[in-house]
Amino acid sequence: MRVILALTVLILGSTGGEIAVTHGMKATGEPARLRPLALLQFLGRAVRNGWFWAGVPLMALSFYALLILLSWEPISLVIPASALSYVVGTLGAKYILGEQVSPARWAGVVLVCAGVALVAAG
Amino acid sequence: MASERRLRIKTLVMVLAMVVCANAGDLMLKRGMSQIGAVQLTASGLAQAFRLTVTNGTIWVGIFFLTGFMLSYMTVLSWADYSYVMPAGAFGYALLTLLAVVFLHESVSPRRWVGVVLICVGVLLVGQTKPRTTAVASETAA
Repeated sequence: MRVILALTVLILGSTGGEIAVTHGMKATGEPARLRPLALLQFLGRAVRNGWFWAGVPLMALSFYALLILLSWEPISLVIPASALSYVVGTLGAKYILGEQVSPARWAGVVLVCAGVALVAAG
Repeated sequence: MASERRLRIKTLVMVLAMVVCANAGDLMLKRGMSQIGAVQLTASGLAQAFRLTVTNGTIWVGIFFLTGFMLSYMTVLSWADYSYVMPAGAFGYALLTLLAVVFLHESVSPRRWVGVVLICVGVLLVGQTKPRTTAVASETAA
């Protein structure tokens, strides 16, 4: 039970945090050019966006959940289980960020999720 | 469709930068922490571990790479879909396995090879979709 709870915090924390950061970065807009000065100005704008700072603590929370899980369960169980976040993140991208997830992209996400689980299981 | 092509190329370059920085960063942290040794979970043990980590050069190289990862991740998300970048980044797991075989001569189980193949096919599938399907705030002149 506590493992499922920590896993839920791990997955929702990382995907929720990344979705918030994505939202913040989309609001920031892409850098005009990929040059050092333009990138610095771009980062300056990004860190003044509230969504960015909403995402960071969620990611930190997810990281603590990962550390706690690793102290309870072997890594070959924790990382494959956390591969579910590829599917959860794609659902979030579709329903929260409004991205268009085509059948090809869904198929790719499912393969990646299964593949990461197998690689991490060893 | 020159802009579409340009978008695809710059997304690919940033995802590669992400994967290389994340793998290099993790590798350096692991190397640095193994120089330090197992951390004792007591107040004095943690304090000593903190002192050793902030004075360890390898750890700082790792932090440098992980900062590079975060910056490239933020940059690519300013124009590309989260549902494109996130699965594409999983290519790192496949790359790590290949590096372990080539440089460390690790033996890899059949199950793990199947996983590597699934990741590669999945990343190729995602890579063929449009990198951006939502509107982005208009570019501001630098």
